[in-house]
Amino acid sequence: MDTFLQQVINGLTAGSVYAVVALGYTMVYGIIQLINFAHGEVVMIGAMVAFTVINALVPYGLPPLTIVLIGTACAIPVCMLVGYAMERLAYRPLRHAPRLAPLITAIGVSIILQHLALLIWSRNVLAFPQIIVSRTYLIGGAAISTVQVAILAICFGMMAALAILVYRTPLGTAMRATAQNPQVAGLMGVDINRVIAATFLIGAALGAVAGVLFGTYYGIAQYTMGSILGLKAFSAAVLGGIGNIPGAMLGGVLLGIVEALGAGYIGDLTNLCAYDTLAPRIADCAGGGNFVLFGSNYQDVFAFIVLILVLVFRPSGLLGERVGERA
Amino acid sequence: MNNTKLALCVAVALALGACGKEAPKTGAQGGAEVKIGHVGPLTGGIAHLGKDNENGARLAVEEANKAGVKIGGKDVKFTLLAEDDQADPKVGTTVAQKLVDAKAVGVVGHLNSGTSIPASPIYNQAGIPVISGSATNPKLTEQGFKNQFRVVGRDDQQGPAIASYLASEKKPKLVAVIDDATAYGEGIANEVEKTLRGAKIKVLPREKGTDKTTDWKAILTKLRGQNPDAVFYGGMDATGGPLLKQGRELGMKAVFSFGDGACTDKMKELAGEAAEGLLCSQAGIPPQAASKAFLDAYKKRFNMDPILYAPFTYDAANLLIEAMKKAGSSDPKVYLPELQKINFTGATGNIQFDDKGDRKDAEMTIFTMKGGKIEPIAVIKSGKTMSYDEFVKTMAK
Repeated sequence: MDTFLQQVINGLTAGSVYAVVALGYTMVYGIIQLINFAHGEVVMIGAMVAFTVINALVPYGLPPLTIVLIGTACAIPVCMLVGYAMERLAYRPLRHAPRLAPLITAIGVSIILQHLALLIWSRNVLAFPQIIVSRTYLIGGAAISTVQVAILAICFGMMAALAILVYRTPLGTAMRATAQNPQVAGLMGVDINRVIAATFLIGAALGAVAGVLFGTYYGIAQYTMGSILGLKAFSAAVLGGIGNIPGAMLGGVLLGIVEALGAGYIGDLTNLCAYDTLAPRIADCAGGGNFVLFGSNYQDVFAFIVLILVLVFRPSGLLGERVGERA
Repeated sequence: MNNTKLALCVAVALALGACGKEAPKTGAQGGAEVKIGHVGPLTGGIAHLGKDNENGARLAVEEANKAGVKIGGKDVKFTLLAEDDQADPKVGTTVAQKLVDAKAVGVVGHLNSGTSIPASPIYNQAGIPVISGSATNPKLTEQGFKNQFRVVGRDDQQGPAIASYLASEKKPKLVAVIDDATAYGEGIANEVEKTLRGAKIKVLPREKGTDKTTDWKAILTKLRGQNPDAVFYGGMDATGGPLLKQGRELGMKAVFSFGDGACTDKMKELAGEAAEGLLCSQAGIPPQAASKAFLDAYKKRFNMDPILYAPFTYDAANLLIEAMKKAGSSDPKVYLPELQKINFTGATGNIQFDDKGDRKDAEMTIFTMKGGKIEPIAVIKSGKTMSYDEFVKTMAK
């Protein structure tokens, strides 16, 4: 039981980071129907900038929390700048082009950002300075660290703030209006370009925070970290229904839990020696041996199995709207 | 567009400049020139190790020139052709061909197994003896090439070494083995598991990540439920560090052990406090345990201490020179038989080769993390475990 609880806690922590990244995908998709594949790279740049700033500040002996906050405070504007530049230079000129063009551009931007990061921060795995001393608490046999608690609190806090922004403010209303119909929103006096730019800025800021959280949680950052994280967050967004903000939150958290439970139990479930009918027929089982069909290295595969299943059985996602409405 | 062109021009100019600098100097004075190649990465993430290897070989060549070595009664002058393979298999083969074309009579290198293996057929075809001071993948000497040697141990000797140390010193009842699903990680994990089972220690079903895994918590949580006394991970420090950190965060008390891929000071940065007390193994001996004469000479020449494999490349270059002296010729065909049956005492102890070109009785060293640095604690030679201090005493004699 404590193992199960622990897996859920692990999954919840990773999932809440996925959820925050997934928001960046889903917001942009909701408004301009573009899958911004470069969003994962924005998250990576957030982690890298924070890494540089934190590393530079460590010798000054400030309190650890202050250093991390300054790091995050530097990462957010840099990522917002990247997000804005991306929209202004790469996507806006293509807004009326066929859908495939901005999609391919997004992949191009992602490659460019990744290699810029490679030039700046080298190809090595960078170790995040371990300045925050994390305390671990035991709840029913499961360990939860202060860092995990902080990640959960920050992620859910940001999601709540975003929900308020989208559903309770004039900017949010403008965003939703643009999402429904850009032309009509424009006729009603909404500055569409400003709204779209704002969407990219908000997504990038969330991504920056997610990058710092990821870096401090796992203690590492590398120029390639954005691609797999981005793909998983994208899967989470699709799982929840791309374009749907509560859907991305739900999708991220669900995906994290599915992944943790999947990786935790698939090895036991596919250990053929554990089944009495099969065990005598497999040579490897003799003398307490094991024959595991799918090991825990299939962890990353779960995100994509989920993605495929959702696309097959419920293409609009768990909370997604009918695609027909938009066409 | 103009900017792109400019950038391209600058890049090309830089590349050309770099080539110019590394071009071998010709026209040696006094005696026939004998060219010895050295290959290692001089750019990229492990450039410092490549330079260290090169320094070792360079020291040997310079000492031979100073001592005025005669081959077959004639004065010769050795030159070191130092090449950069960028730790990239493709570049490795190009550079190998370059050395063959430059008529190098022997090669020290390459640093990585990944570059040594694809380069080896090229040297083999040209009949040039190659001695690696750091490539530990067993495959290198399993290809049946008569000209391929190495002066370090092999990965398949390393697994048994760390496993037997673990078994005899920590006496675990249950061990979990994890690998990163790469040829290296899986290979060393298999050897560890085999040795542990041989010592009648129970091993849990293998857990696997990938070489990019950052989140090990699912696997570790599962293992925590089974409460192993020790964990072995076959993989690199970039994944091993997070694994160790997350294991301790989950409250695992097991001894964590690693192969040489995760046997670096970087583990401290990656895992923080959790790194303290880890066990790991490396092929060969730590540079500090090399002969005093070598350490002093290296320090004097390069104004720093050797980093990792320099004593081995120093020995490798000396072996080539020694074999040439014995054969009285710098012709690879003539001196190769001398190299095969050589019995030479260098900076890393006595060196003899077996039929495959592997070093007989290669040492393995066990390290532990103490105060943020990995420190050698034991040396395993011919299946016998010796404490590190004892070993250093025998080397000093």
